[in-house]
Amino acid sequence: MSSEWPLWEVFIRGQHGLNHRHVGSLHAPDAEMAMNNARDVYTRRNEGVSIWVVKSADITASSPSDKGPMFEPSNSKVYRHPTFYDIPDEVGHM
Amino acid sequence: MYAQMVKSEASNDDPAKLEAFQARIDAGEKIEPKEWMPEGYRKTLVRQIGQHAHSEIVGQLPEGNWITRAPTLERKAILLAKVQDEAGHGLYLYCAAETLGVSRDEMTEMLLSGRMKYSSIFNYPTLTWADIGAVGWLVDGAAIMNQVPLQRTSFGPYSRAMIRICKEESFHQRQGYDIMMKMAKGTPEQKEMAQDALNRFWYPSLMMFGPSDKDSVHSAQSMAWKIKINTNDELRQKFVDQTVPQAEYLGLTVPDPELKWNEEKGGYDFSEPDWSEFYDVLKGNGPCNRDRIEARQQAWEDGAWVREAMTEHARKRAARRVAAE
Repeated sequence: MSSEWPLWEVFIRGQHGLNHRHVGSLHAPDAEMAMNNARDVYTRRNEGVSIWVVKSADITASSPSDKGPMFEPSNSKVYRHPTFYDIPDEVGHM
Repeated sequence: MYAQMVKSEASNDDPAKLEAFQARIDAGEKIEPKEWMPEGYRKTLVRQIGQHAHSEIVGQLPEGNWITRAPTLERKAILLAKVQDEAGHGLYLYCAAETLGVSRDEMTEMLLSGRMKYSSIFNYPTLTWADIGAVGWLVDGAAIMNQVPLQRTSFGPYSRAMIRICKEESFHQRQGYDIMMKMAKGTPEQKEMAQDALNRFWYPSLMMFGPSDKDSVHSAQSMAWKIKINTNDELRQKFVDQTVPQAEYLGLTVPDPELKWNEEKGGYDFSEPDWSEFYDVLKGNGPCNRDRIEARQQAWEDGAWVREAMTEHARKRAARRVAAE
């Protein structure tokens, strides 16, 4: 048998209270080994307190060519940002 | 460097697309795997990242040679950690290359068949414990020279791998210099070993940057694409300027009678390495080329049953889980 082990994406929570963040990927035959390998490859220096591994094939990603239709509509909605509103200084911090 | 003489590939793409692509790079944008890129950019990167990854992996061999013979338990633990880091660095880089559409097994196969190269430096033997010091100090030092600017490379996954690697690499150089300090301040015999290691590793380290690329079209293309940031000569000069004072601090002599501070250029003048030796090593005639590939070949073959068994184990467990549901 010469099939390659599937690819897994690794996410690590750096500290308590932070989100898990994507740090890279690796190959492993199953989730358990992916977890073991992730520990060895991505946390040799105390980089995390928690690890997620997800099969890369199970991730649905937005396509780069959809960048326009996906994200541009929010560009014109400046009123979603606090700086859109002029509040007089007398009112104080808001 | 870890990637030496990487030939850039020509692109037969639509000129308008090429121009738009170049504009993105000039604007400092990162290129991500699924975005459009010229075929030449993709192929050059596969070759460069692959060569870099192979260098990390083969680079474990000369150092692994001393793990069982490290002089103290502490030095042994340090060396183990360093060699483990090199394996990690190889894995980060293989993953970056894989995002360009080449598989891990294909890359391994290309290394073993000689179709992909690794850095010439790892074809030199580590004869004494002082060599482990020299490798960390000089070889990792030279690697850092190249890898620090590559953190800004245009290809996102490569840049991110470089950032991780650079964070860990400084330990490698410092532990090497620490060994050199110990040896240089030791008995006369130990100091002589340190000097001998410097003598043997100096020119091969200078070769790591590759021959002068002043007139190389490949370099010009790679620099335009920001997959090469500095010329080989710039990096080599920087390396010499940084390393000579460190050698002086150790009380060791750089084996170059022509070495002289040049006030005008604000750097050292130094002798070129013997480039015929460099080309000969690349061709496979270095002291350890055959050993290195044989060791990788054997590791690959010896590991085959493990890879198969683990795949089979995973398959059976998955099947059992389905049956239980």
